[in-house]
This record gives sequence, structure tokens and C-alpha cells, in this order.
Amino acid sequence: MNPRISMFLKLAVLAGVVAFPAFGSDFYAELVAKVLILAIFAMSLDLLVGFTGLVSFGHAAYFGVAAYAVALLTPQYDPANLWLALPLSIGAAAAAAFLIGLFVLRTKGIYFIMVTLAFAQMAYYVFHDTPLGGGSDGIYLNFKPDTSIAGWAPFDLNEPLHLYYFVVAALLVVFGLLKLVLRSPFGRVLVGIRSNEHRMLSLGYATFRYKLAAFTLAGALAGVAGFLYAVLFGFVTPEYLSWHKSGDVLLMVILGGMGNLVGAIAGAVAIVGLQEVFTGWTKHWQLIMGLTIVAAVLFMPGGLTAVPGRILNWKNGGAK
Amino acid sequence: MDFVSFLIQILNSLQYGLLLFLVASGLTLVFGIMGIINLAHGSFYMVGAYLALALTSLTGNLMLAIALGIPLAFVFGALLEWLLFSHLYKRDHLEQVLLTYGLILIFEELRSLAVGDDVHGVAIPAIFSASIPLSENLSYPVYRIVISVVCLALAAGLYFLIQKTRLGMMIRAGSHDRDMVKALGIDINLLYRTVFALGVALAALAGMLAAPISSVYPGMGSSVLIISFVIVVIGGVGSVWGALVAALLIGFADTFGKVLVPDLAGLMVYLVMAGVLLWRPEGIFKKG
Amino acid sequence: MNASLDSRVLARETLLSAERMTRRFGGLAANQDVNISLERGVLHALLGPNGAGKSTCINMLSGDLPPSEGTIRFKGDDITGLTSHQRSKIGIGRSYQRTNIFPKFTVLENCRLAAQSRNPRPWRLFADALRLSDTVERAKAAIAEAGLAGREGRIAGTMSHGEQRQLEIAMVLATDAEVLLLDEPLAGMGSEESAQMVTLLNRLKATRAILLVEHDMDAVFAVADRITVMVNGQVLESGTPERIRNSPDVQQAYLGHEAEHV
Repeated sequence: MNPRISMFLKLAVLAGVVAFPAFGSDFYAELVAKVLILAIFAMSLDLLVGFTGLVSFGHAAYFGVAAYAVALLTPQYDPANLWLALPLSIGAAAAAAFLIGLFVLRTKGIYFIMVTLAFAQMAYYVFHDTPLGGGSDGIYLNFKPDTSIAGWAPFDLNEPLHLYYFVVAALLVVFGLLKLVLRSPFGRVLVGIRSNEHRMLSLGYATFRYKLAAFTLAGALAGVAGFLYAVLFGFVTPEYLSWHKSGDVLLMVILGGMGNLVGAIAGAVAIVGLQEVFTGWTKHWQLIMGLTIVAAVLFMPGGLTAVPGRILNWKNGGAK
Repeated sequence: MDFVSFLIQILNSLQYGLLLFLVASGLTLVFGIMGIINLAHGSFYMVGAYLALALTSLTGNLMLAIALGIPLAFVFGALLEWLLFSHLYKRDHLEQVLLTYGLILIFEELRSLAVGDDVHGVAIPAIFSASIPLSENLSYPVYRIVISVVCLALAAGLYFLIQKTRLGMMIRAGSHDRDMVKALGIDINLLYRTVFALGVALAALAGMLAAPISSVYPGMGSSVLIISFVIVVIGGVGSVWGALVAALLIGFADTFGKVLVPDLAGLMVYLVMAGVLLWRPEGIFKKG
Repeated sequence: MNASLDSRVLARETLLSAERMTRRFGGLAANQDVNISLERGVLHALLGPNGAGKSTCINMLSGDLPPSEGTIRFKGDDITGLTSHQRSKIGIGRSYQRTNIFPKFTVLENCRLAAQSRNPRPWRLFADALRLSDTVERAKAAIAEAGLAGREGRIAGTMSHGEQRQLEIAMVLATDAEVLLLDEPLAGMGSEESAQMVTLLNRLKATRAILLVEHDMDAVFAVADRITVMVNGQVLESGTPERIRNSPDVQQAYLGHEAEHV
């Protein structure tokens, strides 16, 4: 697609997102905020899957750890301070990712997929079976974090509008950060690892360290999403770490087109959009979702962002 | 723990491990031979259990239900391979993960539509419903021993099949070199279909056998799936022998874990996996 | 002539050497007690029929395969336990027989990644990799040395087989390796490209140690200072090109009718 058109489209969408609350109802604002948070989650996984070639089926673990962190950091009768809670939650998610990464990155291919799933399940059981996080019932975030620095609060997360723009800002920051990282020498190595890890090793790169760093960074960014999700909805359950959640976000990345940050965002929009539409039709919406996924894999390799290219290809009679 | 309780836990571990082996063997075979990662494998276990439920209420007898259910499961597996899985052989792991994840959703909802979300029980056949007394107040259910015996027989049968029959030879050949198998004139499509259907039937049989003791409930497929994955990772992908060893290991770890450290029970399995990963990242018995 | 050539070779700095290097696969010894030494300024060719164990030998030297027995030294230090990435870092470069590039990247990016490995700077997360001029310049220089100047923007996987072999070499050059382990670099090249490669090899060997596994006899005798012939996993004979050419054992085992043409 022409870069100018692409840039124009992106800016138009951004403008729409920023202007949205003025036109939409509160319910839809919350829905859009949820989509944006899941888009952050999807981008963090795309770093692993689409750019480094690490198919993690346990990414929800870090999302959940950060969500539980902010809930646990919030005292019973007071809000936590955002400027403490956010870094600590992200740090918790990053630490979990680092520790689990030390184990799972010893494996490759299909083993990697399976062990990331298994470790996430382990994390799920930690929160589900132990009293740490209130067990299977989960816990409430009694108060949304307070944003004051030395007595002055620049904004108030209890105001839906402020929270909305906070989420938008977070998305832009994560997007920008990932763009920077991916064009850096470090990011180039990750893409090289995905293309041909054996060659990277023989060129002198200690690929394990790079993969571990990417895994940790991806976990940290998933933690940003988890933190925001807990703040938005006000409660955290073990289901945040369930493999269904890991599967959903993987779906978003793959369907949106991997190796493409905008694709990850598009995937999140598509999946949440489909979920909203399908739940409106029937209580057995997962059946339709499942059928859609199967159909998408069979008929749409390359994901959503490949669709425009494929349509163009088809129009031009397959010439490339 | 006194001796009798200890014996009971040993028997439980064996029974649980052997049941897991049935499920995991299909998973590891399908991956080893066809290179497909199948997340929906746990659903076959669930399908088996619900089949047992349906056929037992139809025929009044679990054993008859199992006898009918096995061929049904086999045909179901063959159909599934023909319709869907045969398209996955050339796709990468990611697409396989995605498609089979979609399948899980489909199976779960179909089950919900057909049978609802309640928990059901299945009666143990009358002749197996007794318990063997082991001490004054402890006895062991005959049915659990029956399960272990059946699973052991199947394990032996599987060994015989793979090591001593022509089909087994093709399976072993196919797992090492697909093109060579084709060049030898063996119908690879038929081979794959058979292996896949076998895997489905094994998992379904495990579900049928387990139905009376674990109840038939919606989440049963997921929990068995993840443990099966752990078993395949520990045992080494493609190794049936490895699956047996690993399944028994997990059976013991989980059972004794529940007794000795009940708070950490759910974690025991994963701690074992973590330990094995540190020592041998490609599984204890890596293939080839 | 032979004696003085031998002594010149002996006087040079030994960079990479293997002593009693052995590799077994089950009951089969793919390499048995192989001794080989690579000196700076010397191009050492490794010859032998298919199945002689040349690939295994080069794999053990580059770290792609651990030896079952034996010692490998780099500038006197024991490096037997080092992995391929560690060996690359100390200055041992390897090119592969089966083209091992990044097919979807441009020629420039292939070499830039290779060059970057010398100064990876992974912590500079906000730097634009393409603007780090020292890396890019070194990549471009390597591309030019390998004869691919002007084709930096081509997607590697779309190039001809011969061009891809040149890229293989360019990548090794971009890592500034002191020891070059080259596995059939000329395979699939046309005569003009082969001639260019021979010129390049003659120029490179002045400052480096080169191990060359090759089947193209004309090229080998045009560049080699020393030849080792392997048969059935063992070293049959090792010496100057003259000695190898005239050796009856070698002729019988390997060169066969080709010896008559040389």
C-alpha cells in the first residue's frame, strides 16, 4: 500500500479514536478502551511471535501478574499511587517473564509452544488455588490508582474520560517504544533470529540472551495492558491468566498479520469486534468464533493486513 | 502414612498415570508421525466421556457403551482427519495451533448445545462395582484396577503394534522420513488417517474409562490436554515409550503431591516439568 | 622448492589447530584422529571424495558439532568447549556449503547484521541501526570485496545461486574473521565468478588463515599453499600441492584420472 495513504489512514483512525468519547456513549467508550488495552497486549505478543519468531501460548501469565499486582498493591481503604503501582506492576510482570523465560527458552519449536502454555497454567494455579489473590473468586480493585505527585493530581482515573485518554496515551507510548526498539540494533537481531537463528549464532550472536530480553520486554508490556485492564474493570480473576486468554491474544496477533504492529492492533479490534457481534446473536457465540477461526486459517493465510495486498494481487491477475 | 494408605496411593498413581498415557500416546504419535500440534486432543477425551454417558444411558451398560464407542471414535477421527487435519500437514505450527484452538471452541459449544453444561455421573458396571478390602477400614475399588489393567493391555498392544506389525513399521518409517515412505509406495494419506484415528480413539477410550470415576463435566478436556502436553514434553515428542514413563511420573507426582502437599497439588506437575526442562530440554527420550 | 615452501609455512603464526580430532556417530567414526593446522598467510585446502568426513571436520572446527575426542586450539588456547557463536566472536568465521543467508533481507541487511555482530551495542535501544555508519560502511566494504557492489538493495533470496554464494562470503568478510572456514564457496558458480573468487582468496590469505573445502580442482591448485586429503574419516596425506599432486596414494584414492590432466 502506498505509504502516504497508509499514513493518512493511520492518522484518520487515530483522530477517530481521540475524538470518540465526544460522540459515543459511556458504554462504547469503555468498549473502545478495552479494545485499546487488548491492542497493547497484542502488540506485546507480536514482538515475540511476529518479530522474534517465538510462539508463546502463555502470554496471559504476565498480563495477569500485573493485574493482580495492582490489585494487591491497593490497600483496603485507600487508592494506590499510580506512579508507584504502575512501575511495580510492570516490574512484577517483567520479573515473571524473565524467570519463566529462563526455562522455556531452553526449548524450541513445538516444545516451546507447549511449555509456555504449561508455565502459564502453573501461574494460573498459583492464583487459583492459593489464598494469595483471593482464590478462584478473584479480588476487587477497591480504588483506582491515585495520580497525585506531591499533593497535586494531574488527572483523575475515576473520570471515564481521563481514564480513556490515559489508555490512548499508553497505547501510543507502547507503539512508539516498540517502533524504536524494532529499528534498533537489538531489534534487528530479533528479526534476524526469526529469519535464521542458526546463522545468527554462527555470526557470533548469543541468541539466548536476545530472546530472553525480548521475552522479558514482551512480558513487561503485557503487564502494562494487564495493569490498565484491572484499573478499567476494577476486579481481577484467575481467568486473566487462563489459556483462553493466551489463546485469544495469540489469535489477535495471527489474524491481524504478524510482524506488523498495526496488524496486531487490527487483530485486537477484529477479535473483540467479532466477540461483541457474536455474543449479540447467541449465547453459544464461541461456536461461531471457532468456525470463523477455522475458516480464517484455511482460507486466509497471512492474516488481516495481508488482505489488502491479496485483493490487489487478485485484481491484478496475480502478477507480482 | 501407613502401609495400606501408601499402597492405595501407589495404585491410584498407576491408574491415573496409565490413563494419562492413553491420552498422551495419541498426541505424541500424531505429532511424531505427522508433525501436527493438536490442541483439540483434549476434546477427544471429553468426547469419549460424553459418548460413554450417552451410550450407557442408551444401552444401560458401560462396557457395551465402550465397545460401541471405540469404533465410533475411530470413524470420527478418520472423518476429522479427512475434512480438516489433512490440510494442516503443510502449514506451520502457528496455523495448526490456531485452527485446533478454534476446534476446541467448536467442540465445547457443540457439547453445550447437545448435552448442556451440567455435571453428569456414569455408573460403574455392576460386576466391577465391588471393592477389595485391604485393611479394617480401607478398601480399593475393583473398577480402578480394571482401568489399570485395560490401560496396561493397551500399552502392550500399542508396543506390539508399533514394533511387530507392518503398520507399526510404516509408522516408525513415516516418523523418520515421509518422502521415503511415499517412495516405497505406501499410501501416506491412509497411513496418516489411520494414525490420527487411532490417536482419537485412544483419547476417547481414556475418557470413556475415566467417566465413572472423574464424572463427566465441561472442563475435562482442557485439564487433560495441558497435562498431556507436559507428558509429551517430558517424554520427548514422538516417543511412545517416553510418554509412558512420563505419564507414570506425572501420575505419581500428582497423586502423592495431592496427599503430601495439598496446597501445591496443582503445581506439582509443572514443577516436575520445570525440573526436567533444566536437565533435558528436549525431553527424556528425544526421538531419533 | 618444496622444502623452502614447507619451512615458510612452518614459520607462520598458527591460528587454529586440531589435534586427534575425532567424531563418532554411534559406531561410525566420521572423523578419526584428524590433525590439522591453519596458519596466517596460508590457504589450506581440504580435499577428499564424498563421505570422506570434510563436512564433519569443518563443523567441528567452527563449533557447529562438538568432537567426541581431541583438542581444538585457537592461538594456543583450548577452545574445544566453545560453541559456534563463541568461536565467531573470537575471530573464526564460517561460510556454509548449503547457502545459509537471510533470504528475505536485502544484501546490505545480510552483511550489516554480520558486521553488527562485532559491535552489537544491544543496549542502545533508541539508535537507528541503519544509521550506525561504522557497521554499514563495513558491510558495504565486505559486499564490494565479494564482488557484489551495486547489488546492496537486492532481496537475497531472489538472487542467482552464484550471487548467493558471493553473499555467503561477503557475510564472513563482514565479521572481520581472522580464520576463514570456507565450505565449497565455488559450488554452482560460473567461470567468471569463480575466477573472481580465486583472486579474492589469493588476496585474503595474505592476512588470514583460510581452510578451503572445495571440489573445483583448478581453483584449488590455483590458491592452495597446503593440501590435506581425507579418506574415510582419516587424513590420508598432507603437504604442499606438488607433493599431493604427485603422491601415488592420493592419486589412487581420489584424484584418479584428474591427476593426468593436472
